Amino acid sequence: MGPLIPNGIIPAGWDFVIAILLGIIFGFLLEASGFSSSRNLAGVFYGYNFVVLRVFFTAVIVAMTGLLYFDYLGWIDLSKIFILPTFLWPMIIGGVIMGIGFVAGGFCPGTSFTGIAIGKTDALFFTIGLYIGIYIFSLAFPLFEKFYTSGNLGNVTLTDVTGIPASWFAAAFTVIALAAFWGTMFIEKKVRKNIKEYKF
Amino acid sequence: MNKQISSNQERYLNPYLGGVLLGLLVILTVYITGRGLGASGAVKSAVVTTSNIIAPYETQQNGYMGRFVTDNHSPMFNWLVFESLGVFLGGLLSGLLFGRVKKFRIDKGPKITNKKRLIFAVIGGILFGFGSQFGRGCTSGAALSGSATFALGGVIVMLAIFGSGYLFAYLFRKLWI
Repeated sequence: MGPLIPNGIIPAGWDFVIAILLGIIFGFLLEASGFSSSRNLAGVFYGYNFVVLRVFFTAVIVAMTGLLYFDYLGWIDLSKIFILPTFLWPMIIGGVIMGIGFVAGGFCPGTSFTGIAIGKTDALFFTIGLYIGIYIFSLAFPLFEKFYTSGNLGNVTLTDVTGIPASWFAAAFTVIALAAFWGTMFIEKKVRKNIKEYKF
Repeated sequence: MNKQISSNQERYLNPYLGGVLLGLLVILTVYITGRGLGASGAVKSAVVTTSNIIAPYETQQNGYMGRFVTDNHSPMFNWLVFESLGVFLGGLLSGLLFGRVKKFRIDKGPKITNKKRLIFAVIGGILFGFGSQFGRGCTSGAALSGSATFALGGVIVMLAIFGSGYLFAYLFRKLWI
Protein backbone atom coordinates (compact mmCIF):
# COMPACT_ATOMS: atom_id res chain seq x y z
CA MET A 1 0.00 0.00 0.00
CA GLY A 2 1.17 3.51 -0.81
CA PRO A 3 3.00 5.69 -0.27
CA LEU A 4 5.56 3.10 -1.39
CA ILE A 5 8.85 4.61 -0.20
CA PRO A 6 7.65 5.80 3.25
CA ASN A 7 6.08 2.38 3.78
CA GLY A 8 9.33 0.63 2.86
CA ILE A 9 7.86 -1.17 -0.16
CA ILE A 10 10.41 0.48 -2.45
CA PRO A 11 13.78 0.78 -0.64
CA ALA A 12 14.92 4.35 0.02
CA GLY A 13 18.02 3.74 -2.12
CA TRP A 14 15.84 4.10 -5.21
CA ASP A 15 14.85 7.61 -4.17
CA PHE A 16 17.08 9.52 -6.56
CA VAL A 17 16.48 7.25 -9.53
CA ILE A 18 12.77 7.72 -9.05
CA ALA A 19 13.32 11.47 -8.62
CA ILE A 20 14.98 11.73 -12.02
CA LEU A 21 12.33 9.58 -13.72
CA LEU A 22 9.39 11.50 -12.25
CA GLY A 23 11.20 14.75 -13.08
CA ILE A 24 11.62 13.68 -16.71
CA ILE A 25 7.88 13.05 -17.04
CA PHE A 26 7.17 16.39 -15.31
CA GLY A 27 9.53 18.32 -17.58
CA PHE A 28 8.21 16.53 -20.66
CA LEU A 29 4.60 17.41 -19.84
CA LEU A 30 5.47 21.05 -19.06
CA GLU A 31 7.35 21.49 -22.32
CA ALA A 32 4.86 19.56 -24.43
CA SER A 33 2.05 21.73 -23.03
CA GLY A 34 3.87 24.87 -24.17
CA PHE A 35 5.15 25.98 -20.77
CA SER A 36 8.67 26.48 -22.10
CA SER A 37 7.48 29.75 -23.66
CA SER A 38 7.04 32.82 -21.46
CA ARG A 39 4.56 34.28 -23.92
CA ASN A 40 2.29 31.29 -23.52
CA LEU A 41 2.55 31.48 -19.73
CA ALA A 42 2.01 35.23 -19.40
CA GLY A 43 -1.04 34.94 -21.66
CA VAL A 44 -3.14 33.77 -18.73
CA PHE A 45 -2.88 37.24 -17.16
CA TYR A 46 -3.86 39.11 -20.33
CA GLY A 47 -6.47 36.76 -21.72
CA TYR A 48 -4.74 35.89 -24.98
CA ASN A 49 -3.72 32.39 -23.90
CA PHE A 50 -5.28 30.42 -21.05
CA VAL A 51 -3.12 27.31 -21.44
CA VAL A 52 -1.79 27.74 -17.87
CA LEU A 53 -5.28 27.76 -16.43
CA ARG A 54 -6.33 24.74 -18.49
CA VAL A 55 -3.33 22.55 -17.72
CA PHE A 56 -2.89 23.62 -14.11
CA PHE A 57 -6.50 23.32 -12.98
CA THR A 58 -7.10 20.10 -14.89
CA ALA A 59 -4.06 18.67 -13.10
CA VAL A 60 -5.29 19.87 -9.69
CA ILE A 61 -8.79 18.40 -10.04
CA VAL A 62 -7.52 15.13 -11.53
CA ALA A 63 -4.95 14.74 -8.73
CA MET A 64 -7.45 15.67 -6.00
CA THR A 65 -10.08 13.24 -7.26
CA GLY A 66 -7.55 10.53 -8.02
CA LEU A 67 -5.97 10.65 -4.59
CA LEU A 68 -9.39 10.35 -2.98
CA TYR A 69 -10.11 7.25 -5.09
CA PHE A 70 -6.71 5.77 -4.23
CA ASP A 71 -7.55 6.34 -0.57
CA TYR A 72 -11.06 4.90 -0.96
CA LEU A 73 -9.73 1.78 -2.70
CA GLY A 74 -7.12 1.34 0.02
CA TRP A 75 -4.17 1.86 -2.35
CA ILE A 76 -2.74 4.79 -0.42
CA ASP A 77 -2.85 5.87 3.18
CA LEU A 78 -3.41 9.62 2.91
CA SER A 79 -2.52 10.06 6.58
CA LYS A 80 1.05 9.06 5.70
CA ILE A 81 1.63 11.60 2.94
CA PHE A 82 3.39 14.93 3.41
CA ILE A 83 1.02 17.84 3.97
CA LEU A 84 2.56 21.21 3.23
CA PRO A 85 2.60 23.24 6.48
CA THR A 86 0.58 26.43 6.55
CA PHE A 87 2.19 29.70 7.61
CA LEU A 88 -0.69 32.04 6.96
CA TRP A 89 0.75 35.51 6.36
CA PRO A 90 4.18 34.49 5.08
CA MET A 91 2.46 32.32 2.45
CA ILE A 92 0.08 35.07 1.40
CA ILE A 93 2.92 37.60 1.10
CA GLY A 94 5.18 35.01 -0.56
CA GLY A 95 2.45 34.16 -3.05
CA VAL A 96 1.85 37.84 -3.85
CA ILE A 97 5.58 38.37 -4.46
CA MET A 98 5.68 35.24 -6.65
CA GLY A 99 2.68 36.53 -8.61
CA ILE A 100 4.52 39.77 -9.41
CA GLY A 101 7.58 37.73 -10.35
CA PHE A 102 5.43 35.56 -12.62
CA VAL A 103 3.94 38.44 -14.58
CA ALA A 104 7.22 40.39 -14.72
CA GLY A 105 9.42 37.41 -15.56
CA GLY A 106 7.02 35.26 -17.56
CA PHE A 107 8.07 32.00 -15.94
CA CYS A 108 7.84 30.05 -12.73
CA PRO A 109 10.78 27.93 -11.56
CA GLY A 110 9.86 24.53 -13.08
CA THR A 111 8.83 26.01 -16.42
CA SER A 112 12.03 28.05 -16.66
CA PHE A 113 14.10 24.85 -16.45
CA THR A 114 12.28 23.46 -19.49
CA GLY A 115 12.69 26.82 -21.25
CA ILE A 116 16.46 26.60 -20.82
CA ALA A 117 16.39 23.03 -22.12
CA ILE A 118 15.07 24.13 -25.52
CA GLY A 119 17.19 27.28 -25.77
CA LYS A 120 15.24 30.20 -24.29
CA THR A 121 17.60 32.94 -23.11
CA ASP A 122 14.83 34.62 -21.11
CA ALA A 123 14.33 31.36 -19.18
CA LEU A 124 18.04 31.26 -18.38
CA PHE A 125 17.96 34.85 -17.09
CA PHE A 126 14.84 34.07 -15.04
CA THR A 127 16.62 31.12 -13.42
CA ILE A 128 19.65 33.28 -12.65
CA GLY A 129 17.16 35.66 -11.02
CA LEU A 130 15.77 32.80 -8.92
CA TYR A 131 19.26 32.08 -7.66
CA ILE A 132 19.86 35.74 -6.79
CA GLY A 133 16.45 36.06 -5.14
CA ILE A 134 16.93 33.05 -2.89
CA TYR A 135 20.44 34.25 -2.03
CA ILE A 136 19.10 37.70 -1.09
CA PHE A 137 16.42 36.02 1.01
CA SER A 138 19.04 33.96 2.85
CA LEU A 139 21.31 36.94 3.56
CA ALA A 140 18.42 39.14 4.70
CA PHE A 141 16.83 36.32 6.71
CA PRO A 142 17.66 37.77 10.18
CA LEU A 143 15.53 40.82 9.26
CA PHE A 144 12.32 38.82 8.89
CA GLU A 145 13.01 35.59 10.77
CA LYS A 146 10.06 36.22 13.13
CA PHE A 147 7.68 36.90 10.25
CA TYR A 148 8.92 33.81 8.36
CA THR A 149 7.68 31.47 11.10
CA SER A 150 4.58 33.48 12.03
CA GLY A 151 1.00 32.29 11.52
CA ASN A 152 2.03 28.64 11.86
CA LEU A 153 -1.10 26.48 11.68
CA GLY A 154 0.88 23.25 11.26
CA ASN A 155 0.52 20.62 8.50
CA VAL A 156 -3.21 21.17 8.07
CA THR A 157 -5.54 20.22 5.24
CA LEU A 158 -8.66 22.10 4.17
CA THR A 159 -10.67 19.46 6.03
CA ASP A 160 -8.69 19.94 9.27
CA VAL A 161 -9.48 23.65 9.22
CA THR A 162 -13.10 23.62 8.07
CA GLY A 163 -14.43 20.17 9.01
CA ILE A 164 -15.80 19.86 5.47
CA PRO A 165 -14.90 16.48 3.83
CA ALA A 166 -12.15 16.54 1.20
CA SER A 167 -14.50 15.16 -1.45
CA TRP A 168 -16.60 18.32 -1.21
CA PHE A 169 -13.53 20.42 -1.94
CA ALA A 170 -12.65 18.21 -4.89
CA ALA A 171 -16.19 18.63 -6.22
CA ALA A 172 -16.17 22.41 -5.66
CA PHE A 173 -12.78 22.82 -7.36
CA THR A 174 -14.02 20.75 -10.29
CA VAL A 175 -17.13 22.88 -10.74
CA ILE A 176 -15.12 26.11 -10.50
CA ALA A 177 -12.50 24.78 -12.92
CA LEU A 178 -15.07 23.67 -15.50
CA ALA A 179 -16.82 27.04 -15.29
CA ALA A 180 -13.46 28.79 -15.74
CA PHE A 181 -12.56 26.58 -18.75
CA TRP A 182 -15.86 27.47 -20.36
CA GLY A 183 -15.77 31.22 -19.59
CA THR A 184 -12.16 31.76 -20.60
CA MET A 185 -12.81 30.15 -24.00
CA PHE A 186 -14.85 33.22 -24.96
CA ILE A 187 -12.46 35.72 -23.36
CA GLU A 188 -9.52 34.22 -25.26
CA LYS A 189 -11.33 34.43 -28.59
CA LYS A 190 -12.26 38.05 -28.02
CA VAL A 191 -8.82 39.15 -26.84
CA ARG A 192 -7.06 37.40 -29.73
CA LYS A 193 -9.24 39.18 -32.23
CA ASN A 194 -8.14 42.54 -30.82
CA ILE A 195 -4.42 41.86 -30.89
CA LYS A 196 -3.04 42.77 -34.29
CA GLU A 197 0.72 42.63 -33.75
CA TYR A 198 0.75 38.96 -32.97
CA LYS A 199 -0.58 35.99 -34.87
CA PHE A 200 -1.96 33.08 -32.91
CA MET B 1 6.50 46.61 -39.20
CA ASN B 2 5.44 43.44 -40.94
CA LYS B 3 8.66 41.79 -39.95
CA GLN B 4 7.75 42.34 -36.32
CA ILE B 5 4.78 40.05 -36.64
CA SER B 6 5.70 36.85 -34.96
CA SER B 7 3.70 33.71 -34.99
CA ASN B 8 3.28 31.11 -32.37
CA GLN B 9 2.21 28.09 -34.34
CA GLU B 10 3.92 25.41 -32.34
CA ARG B 11 2.57 21.93 -31.91
CA TYR B 12 1.58 21.46 -28.32
CA LEU B 13 -0.35 18.83 -26.42
CA ASN B 14 -4.03 19.46 -26.01
CA PRO B 15 -4.03 21.43 -22.71
CA TYR B 16 -6.71 19.25 -21.10
CA LEU B 17 -4.81 16.10 -22.04
CA GLY B 18 -1.62 17.70 -20.68
CA GLY B 19 -3.49 18.57 -17.50
CA VAL B 20 -4.88 15.06 -17.04
CA LEU B 21 -1.41 13.55 -17.54
CA LEU B 22 0.12 16.08 -15.13
CA GLY B 23 -2.57 15.27 -12.56
CA LEU B 24 -1.84 11.54 -12.96
CA LEU B 25 1.84 12.30 -12.50
CA VAL B 26 1.09 14.10 -9.21
CA ILE B 27 -0.89 11.04 -8.05
CA LEU B 28 1.94 8.72 -9.09
CA THR B 29 4.52 10.90 -7.31
CA VAL B 30 2.49 11.01 -4.09
CA TYR B 31 1.79 7.27 -4.38
CA ILE B 32 5.49 6.43 -4.68
CA THR B 33 7.20 9.07 -2.53
CA GLY B 34 4.47 10.36 -0.21
CA ARG B 35 5.30 13.89 -1.37
CA GLY B 36 4.60 16.05 -4.38
CA LEU B 37 6.70 17.58 -7.13
CA GLY B 38 8.83 20.71 -6.77
CA ALA B 39 11.24 23.08 -8.46
CA SER B 40 12.35 26.07 -6.37
CA GLY B 41 13.90 23.74 -3.78
CA ALA B 42 16.57 22.73 -6.27
CA VAL B 43 17.66 26.35 -6.76
CA LYS B 44 17.75 26.76 -3.00
CA SER B 45 20.06 23.74 -2.78
CA ALA B 46 22.28 25.31 -5.43
CA VAL B 47 22.40 28.58 -3.44
CA VAL B 48 23.29 26.79 -0.20
CA THR B 49 25.90 24.61 -1.92
CA THR B 50 27.76 27.43 -3.67
CA SER B 51 27.57 29.64 -0.61
CA ASN B 52 28.93 26.81 1.53
CA ILE B 53 31.89 26.42 -0.83
CA ILE B 54 32.70 30.15 -0.96
CA ALA B 55 32.10 30.98 2.70
CA PRO B 56 31.44 27.86 4.80
CA TYR B 57 31.53 29.58 8.17
CA GLU B 58 29.09 32.35 7.21
CA THR B 59 26.78 29.88 5.49
CA GLN B 60 26.56 27.59 8.50
CA GLN B 61 26.03 30.60 10.76
CA ASN B 62 23.29 31.96 8.49
CA GLY B 63 19.94 31.43 10.17
CA TYR B 64 18.38 30.19 6.94
CA MET B 65 21.07 28.44 4.91
CA GLY B 66 22.51 26.82 8.03
CA ARG B 67 19.38 24.68 8.26
CA PHE B 68 20.21 22.93 5.02
CA VAL B 69 23.89 22.19 5.63
CA THR B 70 24.66 18.75 7.02
CA ASP B 71 28.02 17.14 7.74
CA ASN B 72 27.48 13.89 5.90
CA HIS B 73 26.49 15.01 2.42
CA SER B 74 26.30 17.97 0.08
CA PRO B 75 23.03 19.96 -0.07
CA MET B 76 22.96 18.97 -3.75
CA PHE B 77 22.31 15.39 -2.68
CA ASN B 78 18.64 16.14 -2.44
CA TRP B 79 15.46 14.69 -3.96
CA LEU B 80 14.38 17.97 -5.57
CA VAL B 81 17.79 18.49 -7.19
CA PHE B 82 17.57 15.12 -8.93
CA GLU B 83 13.94 15.71 -9.82
CA SER B 84 14.77 19.13 -11.31
CA LEU B 85 17.58 17.59 -13.31
CA GLY B 86 14.86 15.28 -14.63
CA VAL B 87 12.65 18.29 -15.43
CA PHE B 88 15.43 19.73 -17.56
CA LEU B 89 15.99 16.39 -19.33
CA GLY B 90 12.25 15.87 -19.84
CA GLY B 91 11.93 19.36 -21.31
CA LEU B 92 14.82 18.61 -23.63
CA LEU B 93 13.25 15.31 -24.67
CA SER B 94 9.92 16.93 -25.48
CA GLY B 95 11.68 19.78 -27.27
CA LEU B 96 13.64 17.32 -29.41
CA LEU B 97 10.52 15.31 -30.17
CA PHE B 98 8.52 18.37 -31.26
CA GLY B 99 11.46 20.09 -32.99
CA ARG B 100 11.72 23.01 -30.58
CA VAL B 101 15.34 22.66 -29.51
CA LYS B 102 17.08 25.47 -31.36
CA LYS B 103 19.86 27.96 -30.74
CA PHE B 104 19.34 30.42 -27.90
CA ARG B 105 16.51 32.87 -28.52
CA ILE B 106 14.15 35.14 -26.60
CA ASP B 107 10.36 35.09 -26.19
CA LYS B 108 8.75 38.45 -25.56
CA GLY B 109 5.87 40.73 -26.30
CA PRO B 110 5.93 42.62 -29.61
CA LYS B 111 6.56 46.06 -28.11
CA ILE B 112 9.74 45.64 -26.09
CA THR B 113 13.42 45.14 -26.81
CA ASN B 114 15.36 41.99 -26.02
CA LYS B 115 17.36 43.85 -23.40
CA LYS B 116 14.26 44.98 -21.57
CA ARG B 117 12.83 41.47 -21.70
CA LEU B 118 15.98 40.01 -20.15
CA ILE B 119 16.14 42.66 -17.42
CA PHE B 120 12.56 41.91 -16.42
CA ALA B 121 13.22 38.17 -16.62
CA VAL B 122 15.95 38.60 -13.99
CA ILE B 123 13.77 40.87 -11.84
CA GLY B 124 10.88 38.40 -12.11
CA GLY B 125 13.19 35.55 -11.18
CA ILE B 126 14.51 37.44 -8.15
CA LEU B 127 10.97 38.12 -6.93
CA PHE B 128 9.83 34.56 -7.59
CA GLY B 129 12.84 33.09 -5.83
CA PHE B 130 12.46 35.41 -2.86
CA GLY B 131 8.72 34.84 -2.56
CA SER B 132 9.00 31.06 -2.88
CA GLN B 133 10.94 30.92 0.39
CA PHE B 134 8.08 32.60 2.26
CA GLY B 135 5.61 30.43 0.37
CA ARG B 136 7.41 27.18 1.30
CA GLY B 137 7.47 26.30 -2.35
CA CYS B 138 6.55 27.62 -5.76
CA THR B 139 3.89 26.83 -8.33
CA SER B 140 4.97 23.16 -8.44
CA GLY B 141 5.61 22.32 -4.81
CA ALA B 142 3.12 24.56 -3.04
CA ALA B 143 0.40 25.58 -5.50
CA LEU B 144 0.09 22.34 -7.52
CA SER B 145 1.22 19.55 -5.18
CA GLY B 146 -0.01 21.35 -2.05
CA SER B 147 -3.49 22.00 -3.44
CA ALA B 148 -3.72 18.50 -4.90
CA THR B 149 -3.12 17.02 -1.44
CA PHE B 150 -5.75 19.39 0.05
CA ALA B 151 -3.14 21.31 2.07
CA LEU B 152 -4.51 24.67 3.21
CA GLY B 153 -1.12 26.28 2.55
CA GLY B 154 -1.08 25.01 -1.02
CA VAL B 155 -4.44 26.56 -1.80
CA ILE B 156 -3.37 29.83 -0.16
CA VAL B 157 -0.20 30.02 -2.26
CA MET B 158 -2.13 29.12 -5.44
CA LEU B 159 -4.74 31.85 -4.86
CA ALA B 160 -2.08 34.39 -3.86
CA ILE B 161 0.10 33.74 -6.94
CA PHE B 162 -2.71 33.93 -9.48
CA GLY B 163 -4.58 36.70 -7.64
CA SER B 164 -1.45 38.81 -7.46
CA GLY B 165 -0.59 38.07 -11.09
CA TYR B 166 -3.95 39.45 -12.21
CA LEU B 167 -3.71 42.38 -9.79
CA PHE B 168 -0.30 43.48 -11.09
CA ALA B 169 -0.74 42.42 -14.74
CA TYR B 170 -1.77 45.94 -15.74
CA LEU B 171 1.59 47.35 -14.59
CA PHE B 172 3.52 44.94 -16.80
CA ARG B 173 1.18 44.90 -19.83
CA LYS B 174 3.75 46.56 -22.12
CA LEU B 175 6.02 43.56 -21.67
CA TRP B 176 3.48 41.17 -23.14
CA ILE B 177 0.77 42.81 -25.26
